[in-house]
Amino acid sequence: MANRISDETIEYVGILAKLELSEQEKEAAKGDMERMLEYIDVLNELDTSGTEPMSHVFPVNNVFREDVVTNGAGSEETLANAPVRAGQSFKVPKTIG
Amino acid sequence: MDIKHLTAAGLGRKIQAGDVSVREAVEAALAQIDQVEGDVHGFVTIDREGAFRRADEVQKLIEEGKLTGPLAGVPMAVKDNLCTKGVLTTCSSKILHNFVPSYTAEAVKRLETEGAVILGKTNMDEFAMGSTTETSYYGETRNPWDLNHVPGGSSGGSCAAVAAEECFYALGSDTGGSIRQPSAFCGVVGMKPTYGTVSRYGLIAYGSSLDQIGPVARDVTDCAVILEAIAAHDPKDSTSVGRKSYGFTDTLTENVAGMKIGIPKDYFGDGLDREIKNRILDTAEELGKKGAVVEEFDLSLVKYAIPAYYVIASAEASSNLSRFDGVKYGYRADGYEGLHNMYKKSRSEGFGPEVKRRIMLGSFVLSSGYYDAYYRKALRTKALIKQAFDQAFERYDVIIAPAAPTTAPRLGSSLNDPLKMYLSDIYTVSVNLAGLPGISVPVGTDSKGLPIGMQIIGDCYQEKKIIQAAYTVESMREYARPVLTERRREHTCPAFAESGRECERPAFTEGIEKGGW
Amino acid sequence: MAKQYETVIGLEVHVELATKTKIFCGCSTEFGGAPNIHTCPVCTGMPGSLPVLNRQVVEYAAAIGLATNCEITRVCKFDRKNYFYPDNPQNYQISQLYLPIARNGYIEIEAGNIQKKIRIHEMHMEEDAGKLVHDEWDDTSLVDYNRSGVPLVEIVSEPDMRSAEEVIAYLEKLRLIIQYLGASDCKLQEGSMRADVNLSVREVGSKKFGTRTEMKNLNSFKAISRAIEGERRRQLELLEEGRKVVQETRRWDDNKEASHAMRSKEDAKDYRYFPEPDLVPIVIDDEWLAEIKARQPELRTEKLARYEKEFDIPRYDAEIITSSKHLADLFEAVAAMSGKPKKTANWLIVETLRLLKERGQEPEDICFAPEHLAKLIAMTEAGFINSSVAKEVFEKIFDENVEPEKYVEEQGLKIESDEGALEEVLEKVIAENPQAVTDYKSGKKKALGALVGQTMKAMRGKADPGAVNRKLKEMLD
Repeated sequence: MANRISDETIEYVGILAKLELSEQEKEAAKGDMERMLEYIDVLNELDTSGTEPMSHVFPVNNVFREDVVTNGAGSEETLANAPVRAGQSFKVPKTIG
Repeated sequence: MDIKHLTAAGLGRKIQAGDVSVREAVEAALAQIDQVEGDVHGFVTIDREGAFRRADEVQKLIEEGKLTGPLAGVPMAVKDNLCTKGVLTTCSSKILHNFVPSYTAEAVKRLETEGAVILGKTNMDEFAMGSTTETSYYGETRNPWDLNHVPGGSSGGSCAAVAAEECFYALGSDTGGSIRQPSAFCGVVGMKPTYGTVSRYGLIAYGSSLDQIGPVARDVTDCAVILEAIAAHDPKDSTSVGRKSYGFTDTLTENVAGMKIGIPKDYFGDGLDREIKNRILDTAEELGKKGAVVEEFDLSLVKYAIPAYYVIASAEASSNLSRFDGVKYGYRADGYEGLHNMYKKSRSEGFGPEVKRRIMLGSFVLSSGYYDAYYRKALRTKALIKQAFDQAFERYDVIIAPAAPTTAPRLGSSLNDPLKMYLSDIYTVSVNLAGLPGISVPVGTDSKGLPIGMQIIGDCYQEKKIIQAAYTVESMREYARPVLTERRREHTCPAFAESGRECERPAFTEGIEKGGW
Repeated sequence: MAKQYETVIGLEVHVELATKTKIFCGCSTEFGGAPNIHTCPVCTGMPGSLPVLNRQVVEYAAAIGLATNCEITRVCKFDRKNYFYPDNPQNYQISQLYLPIARNGYIEIEAGNIQKKIRIHEMHMEEDAGKLVHDEWDDTSLVDYNRSGVPLVEIVSEPDMRSAEEVIAYLEKLRLIIQYLGASDCKLQEGSMRADVNLSVREVGSKKFGTRTEMKNLNSFKAISRAIEGERRRQLELLEEGRKVVQETRRWDDNKEASHAMRSKEDAKDYRYFPEPDLVPIVIDDEWLAEIKARQPELRTEKLARYEKEFDIPRYDAEIITSSKHLADLFEAVAAMSGKPKKTANWLIVETLRLLKERGQEPEDICFAPEHLAKLIAMTEAGFINSSVAKEVFEKIFDENVEPEKYVEEQGLKIESDEGALEEVLEKVIAENPQAVTDYKSGKKKALGALVGQTMKAMRGKADPGAVNRKLKEMLD
């Protein structure tokens, strides 16, 4: 299944990942991803039917917090690294037209 | 006595005995940093004032008898993907060039309560993505055994700094071999504990289901001592596991009598450097002479580990790294037009080529229409790999393997072929997929004089067994330290190593831009 | 002849749970406060921070699932929903896709004369986003993460509703159930209950569904009805003109009474869900489920029965009072303090509902202290004030939560019990109305009423008519 990575795909993945690639970067990305996916295709040799997907290796479950307030006023620490702030808020380009 | 040659535990004893003051220990480390950092460049940030302030604090507590542990007053270094309150934490990325956390990673906190003195933050592959520490935005780290070679990665800064005696031990993180492989390349001992043993709180995530923090040290004893200090159940990390016993130093004994050791044939075939192969098989034979039962077996599925790993790690990374967007912290590009352009400019300028490559791959394998074919398939493969190890550990106490197919490659020789670089993780990634503990211990050098590391893998929660085996291997030979030649390279940049702030990117990283994107 | 169309509606309802802390960190969920005051590394997506699940969220969610006849998923998990937006600090939302906590439920509604079941497809737990304030002047938005990480459940219905009336009935029923569980206050205006409407139209009798749109930003029942009507008409016009309905998300502008598509090439709507690696599975065993069931508070039907028995108030009254959890709680509090359930019921049903209607408010908006109404009842019973004054005072309590005794004192509304003052007035009245007096004395008992009226007028209502009556007789006979 060669050439599954079209210009559109790179464009689309760029939108998903919020990355803006130069034309030259796009070409490189296409090649890299193409080769990587071809390599990943060896997984298709493997019969995994009847095997449950394993996201957690260990059977740990039910880890909870109790519903008790433990944090105090945090605004200053929260905003300390803000690239642009206005008062106690983060400032970003307008979100809706 | 030359302080800098001491092991962490050795120094700790002398400090307790009052033979060495904490200040003296810090001075010794900083003196060595002044000597070699220009060549090695193991650090992104060096915090001299902080180290001395802390030294006096700790000295006082020791004298008051409030700090009696083996690590009290011992100067150490922290990989730059572990958050440190009030100290710059960059992940060796431009996108975090100015990020100063308001909190400290749990593992580091635990060392601080033991009286650790932090010298600074060590260099790494950007966001731990790489096997050479060349993808760092702040310039590459060099292997103290030969400055023309890489230290390995991604914890290359930690391993090089320990090998070069710039610090007495360090913390690293291991997602696919990032502690074990550079430890092998730098001739130090590095360990990746069972997933969940050390809290991940404050570790800037790469692949959350694979990441684990671990020690990098001069010897196995230090490794066990450090692990005892950092391992604990942490309610702030839902994946943290409570352990029955944390006595990792209990098995520091030279004894492998009756220990069943498995050697996976599939790890010793083509692609493995002959010298490494022989060194490790000889060592296994020596262990046999000491009473261990050594036998070869088929682990199987080996060739599926890397593809499964890169699908899972990249997918999780694409999500974990989406928080770096120029809104809350870190780098925001100038001259953007509107919200989405701000996101794209900031991220495209803030991330390096290798990080972008993995974010793109990860976003693709999760995108609609491909999730089952790639991500779910990889999770199923992971399950099968875990089963293969479970079966192996029904028969063996530990498994012996190389840490890497070669010794440290030359600088600049890996990055222009990403896939080739990925393949070098072949002996380490499956351990992360299965959540197992693994340790890399030096077993000599090759004909080029570069260190060879042997990996010892245990079943989950069996750190004690691999520590015992590693201790025995270690006791077979003298500790070898690199002899740092005086030869310096032009484009070193101690100025920013001091502050972690941006400076000219060393010429050779331009090579990456061309080779990669 | 014109085709017959029917409207097909399904709802996605978000409900903020009434926990003290956020879903994954120990920050307060309290409303208001300075921007970003209730925040920490976890709910602002700081690197290296990790989520830990609030147990109460699971218990509220499971309780709602049980009360809406859902199957509870015994092993459920969280997944990441990936999309970039500034109100979402990690740029992914921790939600549930593959194994939501509850599935396949239903609730019964009555709309007009029809009764029907509305099926619930699934219900999942997730975290709320922060708040964006738009600065019209310099084209920027300000981000406040106080709401970021507040626990939500999203309840997704099947497309079983056919009219705005049914939708409102469904929402009111759902709100009542959740309020009775104490799992949320469900205030649409404050956004603790939000509904997105999925709507399509099709020819009557057609088996397959038409293309649907999703309508967002609906923050009152009125807005929901208007949006449904507006969207139904918009889609019918498209179809009548032989054009196609585009599957899209639209934003309702209730002032303009119109909606517009929220489309942009930058939001690809490809959320790349995958299992959240930082959280472990939730296993709800029989024992835990039984505990949750056992802790379930008294629901409406039980309350109805109890009210009739315990307070013997009419079924009709009990139904009105229990139609709102808030009203029922208020009733029980006041009845307990005043010991006069019947009087309490009257005040709530007659005066309170009248004022709510006048003020265009919901029972949830009632904010006066129960003890004030109890005190007012006691004062009227004791004859300190007469009923017309009581109504006047109650209005003050309703609007300003005044303390009745103090208020009556300040306004001098207390009944005049000073005998002397009353006699003076009476003598004056008798002197000024010789005709009425003679009529009375000559046996025209009705004439007394006129004199009482005159006296009350002179006393500006602060007299007890009974007492005036008695005193007059004494003085005339």
